[in-house]
Amino acid sequence: MATEVILPKVDMDMATGKISKWFFGEGDAVKEGDVLFEIETDKAAMEIDAPASGVLRNVTGKEGVDIPVGSAVAWIYAEGETVNETAVPLAPPATAESPLPVSEAKTPAAEVTVEQKVDSAPRATPLARRLARERELDLARLNGSGPRGRIVSADVLGASNMLVDARAQADPAAVQSEAPGSTAGENALRHFPDGSYELQAHSSMRRTIARRLVEAKSSVPHFYLKADCRLDALLKLRAELNAAAPLVENVPAYKLSVNDLVIKAYALALAGAPDANVSWMDEHLVRHSHSDVGVAVSVPGGLITPIIRQAEQKSLSTISNEMKDLAARAKAGKLKPNEYQGGTGAVSNLGMYGVKEFAAIINPPHSTILAVGAGEKRPVVTAEGELGVATVMSVTLSTDHRAVDGALGAELLAKFRALIENPLSMLV
Amino acid sequence: MNAPVREISYSQAIQEAMAIAMEADERVILMGEDIGVYGGAFQVTGDLVDRFGSDRVMDTPISELGGAGVAVGAAVTGLRPIFEFQFSDFAALAMEQIVNQAAKMRYMLGGAVSVPLVMRFPAGSGTGAAAQHSQSLEAWLGHVPGLKVIQPATPHDVKGMLLAAVADPDPVMIFEHKLLYKMKGPVPEGHYTVPLDKAEVRREGRDVSIVATSIMVHKALEAAEVLAGEGISAEVIDLRSIRPLDRETVIASVMKTSRLICVYEGVKTLGVGAEISAMIAESEAFDYLDAPILRLGGSETPIPYNPELEKAAVPQVPDIIDAARGLARGVR
Repeated sequence: MATEVILPKVDMDMATGKISKWFFGEGDAVKEGDVLFEIETDKAAMEIDAPASGVLRNVTGKEGVDIPVGSAVAWIYAEGETVNETAVPLAPPATAESPLPVSEAKTPAAEVTVEQKVDSAPRATPLARRLARERELDLARLNGSGPRGRIVSADVLGASNMLVDARAQADPAAVQSEAPGSTAGENALRHFPDGSYELQAHSSMRRTIARRLVEAKSSVPHFYLKADCRLDALLKLRAELNAAAPLVENVPAYKLSVNDLVIKAYALALAGAPDANVSWMDEHLVRHSHSDVGVAVSVPGGLITPIIRQAEQKSLSTISNEMKDLAARAKAGKLKPNEYQGGTGAVSNLGMYGVKEFAAIINPPHSTILAVGAGEKRPVVTAEGELGVATVMSVTLSTDHRAVDGALGAELLAKFRALIENPLSMLV
Repeated sequence: MNAPVREISYSQAIQEAMAIAMEADERVILMGEDIGVYGGAFQVTGDLVDRFGSDRVMDTPISELGGAGVAVGAAVTGLRPIFEFQFSDFAALAMEQIVNQAAKMRYMLGGAVSVPLVMRFPAGSGTGAAAQHSQSLEAWLGHVPGLKVIQPATPHDVKGMLLAAVADPDPVMIFEHKLLYKMKGPVPEGHYTVPLDKAEVRREGRDVSIVATSIMVHKALEAAEVLAGEGISAEVIDLRSIRPLDRETVIASVMKTSRLICVYEGVKTLGVGAEISAMIAESEAFDYLDAPILRLGGSETPIPYNPELEKAAVPQVPDIIDAARGLARGVR
């Protein structure tokens, strides 16, 4: 009996996935546990193992094509087993909600392609269907946010709002061919002469970033608190700690960055202001007992925020080494979902690019994000009232006002600043 | 002219309506078991026998079929009887007279007669009266063309609807939830009527429509208050009449909110909510639904005697809250 290889669901809310690379081809012998192919999800790449040993046949899942979760992408036949060439096996009607491998009945005779099947039966509410009909939107091109992937009115309205400008071009063909989720900027195309630009398809990561940020910035009431932190003591401590790092195989056991100290300080500040270490949910406030700090990492084509869990309890060297590992794997697209999902607060540091100060967008379920600028020498007024020079770093705290009020945000920021300016307190 | 309004109980409102009807029209008589000197199983007729005499406040034998037959005959031959059952469950004993006689006569005799009969049914659970005295059987009678079937939920409505029922030329069945009898509410003095075919929007909302009957209206309103605190705006419709059904009010509400929950105490399957759901699915509101229609009805069991099980057998406020949250948040 041949074993079906299915495109698994490896991420929450995942309706389709792209196979970015096959490591085996038609007719290759594979062993159970071999890495068969790699999936690109919204946020990362995942390697998928062979579910059985045998010969790989009927490889129908093409690289770079969106494939519904649960679809069969290949079969593994036992040695010597007759390959049924006529029955190109397809997954049973692959709907978005199929969980991990569907093991029972495959209906092999199906002649329709996977794409056609999905197009013919999107799960949608009557209201979503009517709104889509009125707006001439193709439901099959929408992602459903409802239970079991159901398309609800909000999904249609969201897509439709984005298309409003594009529709104004009175070019129905163009509207039809544009996937919902394209930006209102399509309208702007007419301002540019043909040939003066090229169109780049969105990656799924780009779409996810766009969707989540629009959602966060439009639904979370942000407010901002700024502070300047004197950095000289911290820089001195960092230099001393790094100089004292023991050598392991002739390599220092750690090399702390300013950002590592910022992460630790922010984690301790959250722990010291527990009312701000929360997540707003409609039905209740989630009060977190640990500081799981998301750290924005720039990666090719976007960004991702891996999480340092329980950072308030971790030593600086642990944080530093964990961060290096997470950042490296983030850039390689190898993070697992549980390494970047969740978190109770976040840090975004653009100091290394020379940015003086900026404000960041909160990434729910976080209630706060700290935007960190560059440390730079600035004229300051000393405690004695004299003019002096100090290294100063400007930070901006963005706060979800539903959960964290101004005074509470100020308390959090004051604690952070105190830790940065008296960095030895982070070591005790 | 605005009549003075007082707070009186649901059962006082019924008694007041009956007294007003009897004062105004000597053809109006009351019939039922122990409604005379005893004052009725739930003391609704009270001392009316003292005011109007035992010719007009008639105790009938412990035979629902016999009593109902006399009432139907009286209605056909010129009186306007109000017949009280001790418990709505005993309607089972009188079905022949209600379904085959009262509901059919006008039709079968080509309009030569009508049956201006009112029947009152104390209904519902919550009093520890167990399986044979706690049912909500309105859907049985709602299935019979020729009858009007109403479920007033407030003292104001029960008085006005009872007076409208007495004036109506056709048999009107009034289901009165027993737990409502002691509920107080504003009731105008004097004569007024409330239409027998109009639902009432008790609370306006935009996120979900809760269509409820009888005591469930109050549970739905309580739930709506909690939901409002969570940012979910529930519209509560008091259906008031299940035959005829005020389709327009429900359809308009669902077209506004796109979500519908039906809450009723009768057994869920084949109950009032099944009819409302199907009616919406057939209507122009279908294209406005953004979530499945939910029904919260009584469990598929006889009403238990154990008080905790009795409560668990019918929808309660937390059930309504959960259902509405689920719909509004898109988890159903």
